[in-house]
Amino acid sequence: MTMRPAQRLALFLLLAPAILWLGLLIVLPHVEILILSFSERVAPRVYAFGVGNYLEFFTEPLYWRTFARTAFMSILVTALTLVLAFPIALYIARVAQGRLKAMLLLLCLLPFWVSELVRTLGWMMLLRETGVISYALRSVGLANQPVELLYNDGAVILGLVYGGLLFMIVPLANALESLEPAVVEAGYDLGGSRWTVLRRIVIPHAMPGIVAGCIIVFMLTVGNFATPVLLGGKNGLWFTEQIYAQFITRFNWPQGAAFGMLLLLLSSAIVWLGLRLTGQSLGTTLKQA
Amino acid sequence: MAHSTDLDIVNVTKRFGAHAAVDDVSFSVAPGEFFSILGPSGCGKTTLMRMIAGFEHPTSGDIRIRGKSMIGVPANKRPVNMVFQSLALFPMMSVGENVAYGLTCRGVSRAEAEERAHRMLERVGLKGFGERRVTALSGGQRQRVAIARCLVLEPTLVLLDEPLGALDLKLREHMKIELKQLQGTFNTTFVYITHDQSEALVMSDRIAVMNQGKFEQVGSPRELYHNPATPFVASFVGETNRWQGEAASASNGAISVRLPSGAVVQGQGRAGQGALAFVRPEAVALAQDSGALGNLPNRFEGRVSAVLFDGAASSLLIDTVGFEQPVRAVLPQVGPLAGIEVGAPVHVGWTADAMKVFAA
Repeated sequence: MTMRPAQRLALFLLLAPAILWLGLLIVLPHVEILILSFSERVAPRVYAFGVGNYLEFFTEPLYWRTFARTAFMSILVTALTLVLAFPIALYIARVAQGRLKAMLLLLCLLPFWVSELVRTLGWMMLLRETGVISYALRSVGLANQPVELLYNDGAVILGLVYGGLLFMIVPLANALESLEPAVVEAGYDLGGSRWTVLRRIVIPHAMPGIVAGCIIVFMLTVGNFATPVLLGGKNGLWFTEQIYAQFITRFNWPQGAAFGMLLLLLSSAIVWLGLRLTGQSLGTTLKQA
Repeated sequence: MAHSTDLDIVNVTKRFGAHAAVDDVSFSVAPGEFFSILGPSGCGKTTLMRMIAGFEHPTSGDIRIRGKSMIGVPANKRPVNMVFQSLALFPMMSVGENVAYGLTCRGVSRAEAEERAHRMLERVGLKGFGERRVTALSGGQRQRVAIARCLVLEPTLVLLDEPLGALDLKLREHMKIELKQLQGTFNTTFVYITHDQSEALVMSDRIAVMNQGKFEQVGSPRELYHNPATPFVASFVGETNRWQGEAASASNGAISVRLPSGAVVQGQGRAGQGALAFVRPEAVALAQDSGALGNLPNRFEGRVSAVLFDGAASSLLIDTVGFEQPVRAVLPQVGPLAGIEVGAPVHVGWTADAMKVFAA
């Protein structure tokens, strides 16, 4: 298609902010980080090209173990979020009507009006040794001394699932809403049980939404920093903490850059694998999200 | 033991709040019958059908299939399958999987289900379509998949909820014949709901005309057309002329009706003070001179106000002395009146038998 010069200029001007945004804030820093990750410190203030930062990751067990743990926990959190969000999304999409539907979505959105930090601090107030739950357990006699619920994997998973729930519910509810009610009825009419209808009709229909929600939640979880640090404490051991430590505590930017690149590779690989396993294409999935 | 009826609806009522969508309806459908429920939208026919399928529950009354009450039996346990208005094919499955779905739900092994689905597709003329996506089919093919998906389960009863509504005219005419043939070959009982009187008349063995939650009349297409029991049936089924007037004199079934203009028409029926008179367009005889209509009790003079040419369904509107609305008559396709034009004078007439009179 040919365009008149005026049209071309208009298109360019319209796209300019997006291109600047992508270029300056995403592409450029990543190129910079990529270059940085391949520079080794050979002497004070002297750097040379090399893969030493990456080798360091594989030779130091703490690094790759944290890395593997982050990957595993993120997958677990994503799966838990999906299991929790599915019935909620199903209810919002297929049962709730009119005002109730809007109300329920708003209710899911409400916690996001306060910052992530404040929400996480809220969980700390509930879970800490002198916190609300500990106090309640003692006062009903279920515990005879203060109970520490913070600083373990359970607390980290709880916080991450809570943070991811909305991002799973919205694409799921969207996908489920587009399912024609008559198709579900036909599923029952032809003799299907609830379970059969769910397994063979509802879930396959919602698949693009499921995958979209999983990708978003997984990305948010893998890259999360505040929740594992605050709720996990020293036991948090999230890979983002290692990146933070390299950049801020140790001033070893090249090492931090290498970790950053590895994390990017990890999440890309897992998303790719997820798409392959579910047979979804990135295009249809993005449309759902 | 074979039961003499496949479906019995016994005094079924369904209320939504104070509104009775289905109001004390009873009827029976014999095995192998093609039974239609015909009515305008909102008359309760969809609610009635959904109760038979098990998606709604009657407020009172009983639904029996081969003598067995279906009250409390969920939709997936009834020997009834439904062809939905939107067809509701499963887009996530292939054509073959759509047809095999019901069988696998019953615990038939995958291989056998596939085999039976394959044979069923062959019978409905979709041989070799098993692997296709349902989205890749034409309207008529999708229709056949929806029916095959039901018939493969050998249900006692197939319910069809205006499945032809979404098709274009040509295909709809074709599918009417095809549906009737399919029903004949499988000898399955069909309950068909529609607002399209032509669909009902063409396909059905019997039709129930439904209005405001009640059945107005149940009968064969011919009975409904020629001997409507109520004014609603007379005007809803088929084209008709409808005039309002008052009963002038009545004796032994014969009745004269005085129209507001003072003209008097002779008909058959019963009426109180007010009377409604109906005459089918094809019952209106036309002639160029009044002598040809000499023996008819109703004879009037008029002038053609419009020629509505529609092939075999063509009609004439005739401005007639004494009638507020033009009289509708069938356009003759042969003879001296075949070429009649707007403005031409014409004489109209009909027998007293052809005019049905009801209380207004």
